[in-house]
Amino acid sequence: MTPLQACLLLSALLFAIGLAGALTRRNAILVLIGIELMLNAANINFIAFWHYGPQPSQTTGIMFAIFSIGVAAAEAAVGLAIILAAYRHSRTTDLDKMNSLKG
Amino acid sequence: MTLTFLIIAFLIVAGTAAAMGFRNPIHCVLALTVSFAGIAALYLELGAQFVGFTQIMVYVGAVAILAVFAIMMTHRPGDPETRIFSRNAFVGVFTAAAVFAVIGWAILKQPATSAATQPASVSVQQIGASLMHDYVLPLEIVGLLLTAALIGAVVIAMDRKEDNAK
Amino acid sequence: MIQTLDQVFVIAKHWLMGYVPSPLQPLTSAVLSIIPILIAFPLLFAITTWLERKGLGRIQNRLGPNRAGFNGLMQPIADAIKSLTKEDVVPLTADHIVHFLAPLLLVVAAFLAYSVLPVGRNMVLANLNSGVLFFFAVGSVVELAVFMAGWSSRSKYSLLGAMRAIAQMISYEVPLVLASVVVIMQAGSLSTVEIVEQQAQYTHGLPHWYIFTPWGILGFILFMIAATAESNRSPFDLPEGESEIIAGYYIEYSGFKFALFFLGEYLGMFATSGIAITLFLGGWSAPLAALTVVPSWIWFFAKLLALIFAFIWIRGTLPRLRMDQLMNFAWEFILPMALINMFVAGVWRFMAPGIVRWLVCAALVLAPCVVLAALLKRKKKLQLRTYSFAE
Repeated sequence: MTPLQACLLLSALLFAIGLAGALTRRNAILVLIGIELMLNAANINFIAFWHYGPQPSQTTGIMFAIFSIGVAAAEAAVGLAIILAAYRHSRTTDLDKMNSLKG
Repeated sequence: MTLTFLIIAFLIVAGTAAAMGFRNPIHCVLALTVSFAGIAALYLELGAQFVGFTQIMVYVGAVAILAVFAIMMTHRPGDPETRIFSRNAFVGVFTAAAVFAVIGWAILKQPATSAATQPASVSVQQIGASLMHDYVLPLEIVGLLLTAALIGAVVIAMDRKEDNAK
Repeated sequence: MIQTLDQVFVIAKHWLMGYVPSPLQPLTSAVLSIIPILIAFPLLFAITTWLERKGLGRIQNRLGPNRAGFNGLMQPIADAIKSLTKEDVVPLTADHIVHFLAPLLLVVAAFLAYSVLPVGRNMVLANLNSGVLFFFAVGSVVELAVFMAGWSSRSKYSLLGAMRAIAQMISYEVPLVLASVVVIMQAGSLSTVEIVEQQAQYTHGLPHWYIFTPWGILGFILFMIAATAESNRSPFDLPEGESEIIAGYYIEYSGFKFALFFLGEYLGMFATSGIAITLFLGGWSAPLAALTVVPSWIWFFAKLLALIFAFIWIRGTLPRLRMDQLMNFAWEFILPMALINMFVAGVWRFMAPGIVRWLVCAALVLAPCVVLAALLKRKKKLQLRTYSFAE
């Protein structure tokens, strides 16, 4: 297994664990955390390909990772604001209980 | 696969598994912070210094704090102890395992190309130059996006007590 | 001779490395560079506790501690013995693991920040290409440690203190970073070693320190205000004001862990002073070209002691700011001034050197200062106090 394949397998494992958490946890904030982990897994992919790729002097991989980190932070902020607003309405963060659009 | 990489990988996977498995949400976020720090260490080992320090500053210093604030504001200690996994947890875990199997098979099936392993080191000046020359349009758009997200988050989470009082 | 005295620590380290076998060399080099930091800065912390208590006492027209030795000089040792022998009380309902890890994380983050400070010529632990970014990244880990301390104690006072402390630290972190961006713009590099080397040049005997420029003076003042708020020092010490919330987020800590919090806070203060010296005051360079005979590390520690004395002076003089005053100050004065400062630094870079450039930039700095200060002083209509949770 080459080092590149090891990095890619690590990021695939991180993605899978984040996906499992996002699909199974009941607390809305922990679902958002699972989504953040998936974004981080994609970032690891970019940096791994930048390092082990043919032209590491080109900054494309780093640029993508930097923009991805910025956008993920913005998305986390907006997502948590939405969760707070939903909590204020339904008094719970349990996703299994938020199953009706009435209100 | 050097020893450093194995230690960092173990740290990342342990932190992530703990983050998705603990009962107390605050413990989950603290384990997530360990995972983020491990990912930053991986970036530093792969030679991307700027991205590694940005990862610490943004994720550990801002996103984790945001998550703990949100948990604090929505967590009532008098809540009944509910299950932490939903009823259809098995479907979610099965899906994630299937995704991992497919991606892992695709990775291992690749012919092991002899990648050029010259040491990659990009200076901050190069990153700045490429941000200002090649990637100036994404930079401006991300600035606009961050402004919109900032204003949007404030508006969504703002207190509407004055509307309720009327 | 002067050269030897200046580089005495570097020469000693090379001499010691000669005795180490070749495979162990990188590890021993790192350890030999870390040990002086672990000795020097806690020693400086001990001296500062004595200096602070004596200094505050003198400002408040009383003697400070004077029982523990000649003039109270053994007081830090007495404090250390007391904090080591006190019983370690942990609340029964506290979260024990997080409660234990919070002071450790604080002290580790504070010590990590010293690795990019150039203490003297050729005397930096890690010459990173993005040293300033590393410093601010490690500084933002401190907020997480504060939250861990406040939340794990499961006490209302500590949680309230932690929330206030984190809100204050986040608000002042943005102006702190923006105030240092002007230096990065002028120096063209994020490496602390290069920033100091660019300031260590002399024309007509005067150095090129960035504090001798209009944007440098404003940047230094903004940086020091933000650094005071980041370390929770007076006048920004509402999260730990002893007359209000009785030590805030570390109220449930006693004995050695309390001493670790104290150490972490002071180490953070020294680290931000150190980076202010590196960015604005020329690091290890001497004020006049004729004074370069004095070794560089002595100049660094002299400037550090001067800044510490300024911190103590401000603590003894100014009253505490209220929470809303603190937040208004950060978001409505410091942040716009930091952005305007960046504009002025850009103007400075593109004008021709001379007295005209100095006067234009000084005017561009002073006018918004006056306008924003007038805007800050307008009276606030105080309303009925409402408490809001996420409901």
